[in-house]
Amino acid sequence: MSESSAIPLTTADGIPLKTSLRRAVRRSRIRAFLLVSPLLLFLVVAFVMPIADMLWRSVDNPEVSTQLSRTAAALEGWDGESLPGEEVFAALAEDLRVGQEARNLGLLSSRLNYEKSGMRSTINRTARGLRTLDPPYKEALIAANTTWGERDTWQILQRETSPWTLSYYLAAVDRQLSPAGDIVKVPAHLEIHVSLFWRTLWMSLVITALTLLLGYPIAFLLASLPLRYSNLLLILVLLPFWTSLLVRTTTWIAILQSQGILNDLMVALGVIADDARWQMIHNKTGTIVAMTHILLPFMILPLYSVMKTISPSYMRAARSLGGRPFLCFRRVYFPLTLPGIAAGGILVFILSIGYYITPALVGGQSGRFITNTIAYHMQTSLNWGLAAAIASILLFVVVVCYLVFNRLIGVDKVKLG
Amino acid sequence: MNVSLQREKQDDAGEATAVADACFARFIDVQKSYDGVELVVKGFNLDVRRGEFVTLLGPSGSGKTTCLMMMAGFETPTHGQILLQGEPIDDLPPHKRGIGMVFQNYALFPHMSVAENLAFPLQVRHLPKEEIKRQVARALAMVRLDDFGDRRPAQLSGGQQQRVALARALVFEPELVLMDEPLGALDKNLREEMQYEIKRIHAELGVTMIYVTHDQTEALTMSDRIAVFNDGVVQQLASPETLYEAPENAFVANFIGENNRLHGEVIESIGDRCEVRLDSGETVAARPVAAGGIGARTTLSLRPERVGIVGEGDEAAFDNRFQAEVREVIYLGDHLRTRLEVCGNDEFIIKTPNAKGFPSLRPGQTVEVGWSSRDCRALDA
Repeated sequence: MSESSAIPLTTADGIPLKTSLRRAVRRSRIRAFLLVSPLLLFLVVAFVMPIADMLWRSVDNPEVSTQLSRTAAALEGWDGESLPGEEVFAALAEDLRVGQEARNLGLLSSRLNYEKSGMRSTINRTARGLRTLDPPYKEALIAANTTWGERDTWQILQRETSPWTLSYYLAAVDRQLSPAGDIVKVPAHLEIHVSLFWRTLWMSLVITALTLLLGYPIAFLLASLPLRYSNLLLILVLLPFWTSLLVRTTTWIAILQSQGILNDLMVALGVIADDARWQMIHNKTGTIVAMTHILLPFMILPLYSVMKTISPSYMRAARSLGGRPFLCFRRVYFPLTLPGIAAGGILVFILSIGYYITPALVGGQSGRFITNTIAYHMQTSLNWGLAAAIASILLFVVVVCYLVFNRLIGVDKVKLG
Repeated sequence: MNVSLQREKQDDAGEATAVADACFARFIDVQKSYDGVELVVKGFNLDVRRGEFVTLLGPSGSGKTTCLMMMAGFETPTHGQILLQGEPIDDLPPHKRGIGMVFQNYALFPHMSVAENLAFPLQVRHLPKEEIKRQVARALAMVRLDDFGDRRPAQLSGGQQQRVALARALVFEPELVLMDEPLGALDKNLREEMQYEIKRIHAELGVTMIYVTHDQTEALTMSDRIAVFNDGVVQQLASPETLYEAPENAFVANFIGENNRLHGEVIESIGDRCEVRLDSGETVAARPVAAGGIGARTTLSLRPERVGIVGEGDEAAFDNRFQAEVREVIYLGDHLRTRLEVCGNDEFIIKTPNAKGFPSLRPGQTVEVGWSSRDCRALDA
């Protein structure tokens, strides 16, 4: 042992063994890399870069520092106590004049409006009226719009000269910075995101629990039936994958709506009165029912693959040792299926907290997920920074779930199919 | 709990004990079919005495494991009855039978430590904690694994897992233990070691064991009695010695030990001696065991070690003598295995000790071999 560590091993012709080995496997390494490179490239372009872009956007804050660059420079020496001096007002007037000429004040006014409502119209009106203003600008601007005479306005402007901001993340959790720089809650009527996050989490948990409850017996049946029956059953389990997600979701609308199949049937059977039809769609019930159905295969498959490997002799041994059937299940079979439960659970949970289309179609107002809010900020309000911040928080939640799962169960123990 | 109940019942019975001991476990005309078309077990009868070691021996698919599973309660007989201590147990679920069982692949619970595995049958019987601890320690000591209680089954070798499985089947003190090819997954040396281990435990505890195997050496080494299975039927039920020395039919003779076979027709039969004309023309004197009357086809069965070479001194008893040509000699250390052509059969094997005074044979050489008609059994065709 000591000899081999002292003298490096060589091959017969004197080349060090390590060099020789590296040379020998280089060709197969290169080939392996070439084989995975298309996918790698695709993942970088379509997955890694968008995520990086999203994370960057959630803290990016270029508007004030670029479009009000003179004002930003002038504000540097301001003490933040009294109103700033004439040179700051003059710089602002110049910035706004330049911006108005280039017609690109829109983003700036929107951005400042997130921080202080009313800023959009303040900036737009001031910019339009600049031509009629004469120095000294301090008095002229305050006379034109009293907002410029408020200390808060200048504190916010000074704060937002920083190229980075946390205000999107604060907004994503219903908080904001006060002009003095303290983190405070937004007014109660604007609180929306935190409750949506919680709703998304608990509804995902309910959906996960339901898929487990419904999937466990099916997976058990699949694993214990003879092969030719279990194959047929497996095809039935996979059948939904062959149907469009949209079709599956809208089918639930046809079944569950108030003039739908289920309500009609219940009325016909006399279970409910015609004027007291159940409201089962466009609310939480709709989202939970439809998503449980859609995500069920993702629970069944990991469970099945784990159960398939559990030899029936374990249960027989437990029975022969004197355990009642339920006790044998609880002490022997159930613990052995835990990796499958964990794998299916984490899969369904992570899929469902990021689900968008089904809650959007059947969730109505009360069954919406946080993803629907992200889409709203992306497409309607165009507040991409906030959308990116919410999405980043969602990504963080998923990563935490994964890490906890890996710690408790171990990802390497999971087998899918 | 169950076991102790059965014990009380036994004590109350008093004079019935002797009867119950003789028929501790009984199979009465048991038949089993899985598909309603074919019988896997065709009328199985067996009485197991208390404390006996009975082996069900047979090739795979002969129905022996099915019989064991019916005793354990995992399969239901299609017909017939199974009694345990005189009581029918057909309606008793497996967990109420109080029968210990060792499975082919041990079936140790992989998520429990060795000690937890052993504690399982005691916990389900609601024994107090200290008692469980004591019994587990005792069971571990019995299989010589005292320091392995905290290990997981996956951390043990095959032989150690086997010992744990044995200890687990015995820890709740069942009176009957079933073993389904328990040594099948072990290599040869370990298998022999475990055979003695099981035998020792059987002798120590006096527990009744029913053992299933397809390995005849294992069956001969361990058993008090062996039931040889073929095609769903018990071919012969006897002690190892009787099975080897006096097989009742050609299957048993062939399945147990090595066996030279000669085919022919009975031409004369008087008392315990008959004359058989072989297909190659020679006439052989034999002992009729399961041969028919005159004119019936028969298979002569002859153990290789009962055939001698004329000229070695013990030929006085040989009332059959034939010329043979040596085909092959295999050196096996303590003895030589020689393949000969005798009476048209070129798979004729004899065993000669590798000792002084025995002639060394070479392929191509012609010798005269002989055997006693008492050792040559005329069986069914």
